[in-house]
Amino acid sequence: MGIAIKFAKSHEWIRPEDSGASATIGISSYAVEALTDLVFMQLPQIGRHVKAGESIGEIESVKAVSDLYAPVSGEIVEVNASLPDNLEILGSDPFGAGWVLKIRMSNPEELDVLLDQTAYDNLVSGQGH
Amino acid sequence: MVEFAGWLMPVQYTSIVDEHVATRTACGLFDVSHMGRLEIDGPGARQWLESMLTRRVVDMELGVVRYTLITNDHSEILDDALVSCESIPSSQSQRFGLVVNASNRARVVQWLLTRMPDAGVRLIDRTLESAMIAVQGPLAVHLVADHISAHFREALMALKPYRFLRAELLDIPASFSRTGYTGEDGFEIIVPANRATEVWESLYSKAQQKGLRACGLGARDTLRLEAAMPLYGHELKENTNPFAAGLSLAVDLEGRTFPGSNRLAACRDHRDHVEGTVRVGLRFDSKRPAREGHEVFFENTRIGTVTSGSFAPSLGYAVAMANLSLETSKVGTTVEVLVRNNRETAHVVPLPFYRRKK
Repeated sequence: MGIAIKFAKSHEWIRPEDSGASATIGISSYAVEALTDLVFMQLPQIGRHVKAGESIGEIESVKAVSDLYAPVSGEIVEVNASLPDNLEILGSDPFGAGWVLKIRMSNPEELDVLLDQTAYDNLVSGQGH
Repeated sequence: MVEFAGWLMPVQYTSIVDEHVATRTACGLFDVSHMGRLEIDGPGARQWLESMLTRRVVDMELGVVRYTLITNDHSEILDDALVSCESIPSSQSQRFGLVVNASNRARVVQWLLTRMPDAGVRLIDRTLESAMIAVQGPLAVHLVADHISAHFREALMALKPYRFLRAELLDIPASFSRTGYTGEDGFEIIVPANRATEVWESLYSKAQQKGLRACGLGARDTLRLEAAMPLYGHELKENTNPFAAGLSLAVDLEGRTFPGSNRLAACRDHRDHVEGTVRVGLRFDSKRPAREGHEVFFENTRIGTVTSGSFAPSLGYAVAMANLSLETSKVGTTVEVLVRNNRETAHVVPLPFYRRKK
């Protein structure tokens, strides 16, 4: 049984793998819907070491650009290289095929301060549209 | 919804790209009531506007619309505008319309009032008592014609570009101008403010199944950018050289004077001067949009600045308009634009980026 998905306040989701050492990161459906009209995405380099809260990429719509933030610290081990040319997948499957990158976590306790599904749902319903 | 020059307007109704594509393939419906609508009338109106606008007015026939700039004594461009003639040249009573940008309406009115003669000319700001709806796209003319009685329909469908006429939409008095800010065919329709909702709902409900879509500010911007139409505050500012900005058609200098005309004559004569910049189009290799203010480089030397940029939905890549130094402005020149921390490759291309099929 895997560890449940967690969310950052900046709308990234993170799903640790069963082993607990690595995790998959993506963007929540709420954030994707808010952006609309996605035109460009910049992924980080594989091998890069990032700290929690650091900007690791950009996603741009027709009107605005948003940073992607690392929910936890670690080393980027894989990116979804075909995603920037197929941004519609972010809309159709943000938690599955729309995954953005995989990270080898340096400090898994950082997951504890992230929001669980309920807390995240409360956050976005408070923000509204 | 965003605040825009004192008006509350939607950036999009659904998706900017969908609205943009709908306008290019079927029809887009735009509420452009925020634009300033001024009326100038009186026996002296024609001569006065002739003395005030950069474009020749004195020979305008009834129903003619011209693109003009509005300049002041300090040679500053206060706005770009459309002037329309509602009277025949020989008539005692003259009347003209002037549609200006929402953001410049107050200062244009103030400027015009300071130069108004004591008698013979009146300026009336009709903005709040009227509304304006643009219908743009390959189906626009037909979709509008569906709402026009047979009596007016033929004249409306035969209306040439940059002409307008007065008719009725349903039973509502309206002026139809075959102009727009999208690069598509269509009309800009002015109606009384208290009938505007009826017009909108009638157009929308009848034409929606034919592909008509309501369009907000986002699509308005991507459409006009692809058509390389200037936006005041970006391609046009107070000190812009209109001849270097590709707007020489907006300036009639022969045998005319108007506020700032001396300086504009000097601008025309020096438009090949190396110190100036010229407006160019940039086509990017990637889809990453460059934005206003991003700097342009040629072989590591800064040569200019982006004035407007976006992803172009009808083209599939990012485009921008920029002011570049004359010697690097030739079509085919490859440049780099600093988009945040990224050097994006772009190529100087002819304008407009998009031209509709005739």
